[in-house]
Amino acid sequence: MYTYGRKRRAEHMEGIDLQQTFIRSLTELGIPSGAAKAIWMPLPMLLMIIGATVGVLVTVWLERKISAAAQQRIGPEYIGPLGVLAPVADGLKLIFKEDTVPAKSDPLLFTLGPVIVVIPVFLSYLIVPFGQNLVITNVSMGVLLWISLSSVVPIGLLMSGYASNNKYSLLGGLRAAAQSISYEIPLALAVLAVAMMSNSLSTVDIVDQQSGYGILGWNIWRQPIGFLIFWIAALAECERIPFDLPEAEEELVAGYQTEYSGMKFALFYLGSYVNLVLSALLVAVLYLGGWESPIPTSLLANLAGVSETSAWLEIVDAAVGITMTLLKAYFLVFIAILLRWTVPRVRIDQLLDLGWKFLLPVSLVNLLLTAALKIAFPVAFGG
Amino acid sequence: MFVLSGYEYLLGFLLVSSLVPALALTAAKLLRPSRRGPERRTTYESGMEPIGAAWIQFNIRYYMFALVFVIFDVETVFLYPWAVAFSQLGLLAFIEALIFVAILVVGLVYAWRKGALEWS
Repeated sequence: MYTYGRKRRAEHMEGIDLQQTFIRSLTELGIPSGAAKAIWMPLPMLLMIIGATVGVLVTVWLERKISAAAQQRIGPEYIGPLGVLAPVADGLKLIFKEDTVPAKSDPLLFTLGPVIVVIPVFLSYLIVPFGQNLVITNVSMGVLLWISLSSVVPIGLLMSGYASNNKYSLLGGLRAAAQSISYEIPLALAVLAVAMMSNSLSTVDIVDQQSGYGILGWNIWRQPIGFLIFWIAALAECERIPFDLPEAEEELVAGYQTEYSGMKFALFYLGSYVNLVLSALLVAVLYLGGWESPIPTSLLANLAGVSETSAWLEIVDAAVGITMTLLKAYFLVFIAILLRWTVPRVRIDQLLDLGWKFLLPVSLVNLLLTAALKIAFPVAFGG
Repeated sequence: MFVLSGYEYLLGFLLVSSLVPALALTAAKLLRPSRRGPERRTTYESGMEPIGAAWIQFNIRYYMFALVFVIFDVETVFLYPWAVAFSQLGLLAFIEALIFVAILVVGLVYAWRKGALEWS
């Protein structure tokens, strides 16, 4: 199946490959290739972490501005132009806040909880591609890796809920765990249908399979049910309204976060927003063609009469790819924020019913339907 | 090691992303004030003196969901290799998966009828 992916990729533009260029230029300077690779390795990772953090700041600002607009307020205004520095000020405030650990809590688990929540969320950025080679590493397990990492998060939530020795926290932690296990299976099955169409779990192969026909080739047309299942389940995994029961403020004060303050609270906050952006990016990758633009760039290049292999076209192509991925992702973030002010929170029994009695059967049917369509129309469904 | 090529990046990225909480917590530790008193370290319970602890025995309704989850999670993991290699397997694999899913759907219907999926 990997040879299939490779062959397909060779038909398209190879695109910009920073790693090879970097390593080649270092080896030309006389550095052995192993050392050059070791120098290269942390660079995209640090860039990705910084990018993810900046993405969170942008999302927090957007959330505030869009929420304000939904309620006919102005929102943050004075800190920087249009209040863009408000999230930075939030972060600074939280750094200087005192760290209160309840006397009756378990201090080790209390600290470990938010850490375990944040690390896997950041780690999932490993597989988010922004271009043919603009990905930290194109592992063959791609989306499966993400699904397994996302199931580590509830352990951290449960841990912090339990360690707080507070009734609200414990209930919030339990709800968080129940919610994420209920929606993980529909999520995994929706991803599975996409993986089946591209014959690979690699995110790069999944985008490759959607390329070539512009907006018409995107998976959303072939997987409309899967798209909806994935989006609902992703919102539930991120604990966004209407699925924010673990921190339902009217019932549970702040759920598992009740006893947290200062930087540990900030880690939860960071984790939830990183997770939201990550889910939006993955919806873009799995269903909305990833870095592909609605009109194929190769088509535009042909119309303009530019050779596909010219160097500047590769740079333009990479820039368009990154912009497209982010545009699609932030469009979904926008929808998530609007949903927050549109739909009310569901009850816990409604939440579990939706997960087990609706999404699970529907996602199974969607998977089998995809398999049947793949047999009937092998060309249209990825051969 | 061929199968695991590319996974050294996973380890590297694990280290890099562990830096985020490590740096954040260390920076906060250096910068924040610390005033400790017995009052501020009490457990929050809407302004009341906490009644009892949270570490007690209680009925977890989510337990049944956890059991059903394990069953379906294993099912999903079994389906992953099937789906990825599906184009080479053809019609027979489809029928096999149909039988496999049908057995599990019977399990789901059983759990449903038994009330394992009811929250109350």
